[in-house]
Amino acid sequence: MTTAILNSEEILAHIVKVAGEESMVDTRVAAWPEGTKGVMSHSVWIRIKRERFKVAVRSLFDLDYPHMAVISGADLGDDIELLYHFYLFYGHRHKEVLVTIAVSVPKTDPTIPTISDLIPGALISEREKQEMLGVVVTDIPDSRRIFLPEDFPEGVYPWRKDETGIPEDMIKQLWKVGRPQELLEDPPPPKKAPAPKPEETPAGDANAPAPEAAKEDPPADKPAQGGEGS
Amino acid sequence: MIASTGKDSAITSAYMAQIGPSHPALKEPVMFTFELDGERVVSADFAPGMAHRGVEWAGTRRNAIQTLYLAERICGICGITHSVSYARAIEQIAGIEVPARAHYIRSIVGELERIHSHLLWAGVAAHELGFDSLFFLTWKVRERVMDVLEYLCGNRVHYGIMQIGGANRDITPDQYPTVLEALDYFEQHFGQLAKLFLEDDSIRIRCRDCGVLTKQEALELCAVGPTARASGVAKDVRQDHPYAAYADVEVKAITPDQFTGEVHGDVFDRIIVRLYEVKQSIDLTRIFIENMPPAGPILAEEKMPKLLALIRKAEGEAIGRHEAPRGEVLHYLKLNKNVQPEVWKVRAPSYNNYMPWIPMLEGEQIADIPIIVASIDPCISCCDRVAFVRGDRKDIVTKEDLHRMSVAKQRKIQHG
Repeated sequence: MTTAILNSEEILAHIVKVAGEESMVDTRVAAWPEGTKGVMSHSVWIRIKRERFKVAVRSLFDLDYPHMAVISGADLGDDIELLYHFYLFYGHRHKEVLVTIAVSVPKTDPTIPTISDLIPGALISEREKQEMLGVVVTDIPDSRRIFLPEDFPEGVYPWRKDETGIPEDMIKQLWKVGRPQELLEDPPPPKKAPAPKPEETPAGDANAPAPEAAKEDPPADKPAQGGEGS
Repeated sequence: MIASTGKDSAITSAYMAQIGPSHPALKEPVMFTFELDGERVVSADFAPGMAHRGVEWAGTRRNAIQTLYLAERICGICGITHSVSYARAIEQIAGIEVPARAHYIRSIVGELERIHSHLLWAGVAAHELGFDSLFFLTWKVRERVMDVLEYLCGNRVHYGIMQIGGANRDITPDQYPTVLEALDYFEQHFGQLAKLFLEDDSIRIRCRDCGVLTKQEALELCAVGPTARASGVAKDVRQDHPYAAYADVEVKAITPDQFTGEVHGDVFDRIIVRLYEVKQSIDLTRIFIENMPPAGPILAEEKMPKLLALIRKAEGEAIGRHEAPRGEVLHYLKLNKNVQPEVWKVRAPSYNNYMPWIPMLEGEQIADIPIIVASIDPCISCCDRVAFVRGDRKDIVTKEDLHRMSVAKQRKIQHG
């Protein structure tokens, strides 16, 4: 660990030098004015090939002990992108730089080496990515699920946007609970549409024509289980 | 609850104990498995997720403004934190400039929230230590913060005051005296609380050198917030990467060596850090009130459909951060010319502070488990199901029942 504090360009140059120019898919440095004084907040964004990913992470240790914030993940269609967010030079006023190292893995071979041997605290985030995105973290010291329950079906990955994502029948539509059937079928009709014909609606107070009123109309007065209150 | 490990039980006395999901340390569900040798914890493991609500999943299926309110509901204690982090991420991508006054409103409410959260924690810590009179005193002081927050925002929790591009409600000059008066009140009681927490022998004996997290462990396990600072990692977003009004003032990360000259990284140090952060927040709020920019706009775009149209045009990714009472909150957001966020990842501080539990707990006594678990101020969020047991009758109240009861209650409130 050196004590020199580098700026975002110097950090990027260091990572590119260590990991190799040819392994970079995309690199950029970004700056954004923050707060009333417009203090610039600096970040480095690197998209890198999988083979050199761990080398790039290791290169951060030459500069400072990186604080690993979290791993984000995105379903890009054929690939899954994992974004590792690190901070360097924290503890120094206005000097912190955010370094994101992103790596894409194909869904046909979604493996990524673990970094928990370098930063043990990354384990919780790697476990989460395994269960949420269906990536396989090789050499992970603990591959159990973390947030999903044990009875959650295998092969369903909540953050995926393809057929392995959350299926329709697993979604609980709480707003539908206790609502009369005719209020569930379609979204409220446009305002110019005529009010529903009285003979179609069942008896009771359901003859309020305006869709807004119908939307806010709470479910049937008598709860199925007379549990509460009594 | 307690099962023998079987194979080694004849040789050693180690046994496994499961504590949780609901247990004495917390009001929130998390499961612990301890391997114990007599009264000593040999190894510890934890399993969260009992309250996982798929908020990120739901957030990418709503429009970006609705998701702001969903973000606020991630946590009942630090609502501001999540809504500000989320708003900052969107503001970066869409290039929305926040008015100066809104920056100050964000910081003032954020600091009041910190006072309330730290006092809440201090009360819980006192309760875990069996010092219930101190618990009541702390919460009495905290109640005043809640009153001030309600006075400024209209709500005790889920303030709803933040908006993408600024704040929904102004803090007007006629409100300053009430806030300043409350700050004086906190200051008066701060001395008393500090004396009780820091000079009382029973608290010091229970907490000193208990649940130690070394600086090296804090770095390796990516601890954040007061948990990291108590181990000597001077990490604070307000200092390292200032946002809102924090660039206008000198914020210095509070570490225990500033007060005691040394860092132990134990429960007592976490108490020191949080208590002095309350003092810091009182001072910061006073500075913000005094230096409030002149009356002016508080929202970059007041018309929500226009704001949504702006978001619909935006494309890109950004990270919004905020120093919550428990540590740093991070929101990674990707917009893709759509009203819904394409990707949304929320990283709450407790997420990073879970793993440090293990080195803290190992080697400690069973009786110290509650205070060590509570010492990181974990936030595991609300339960998804409630069971009522009345006599020999058991009713499981499902989400559907709770929803129905909530609608019925709402209607009763509205229509009498």
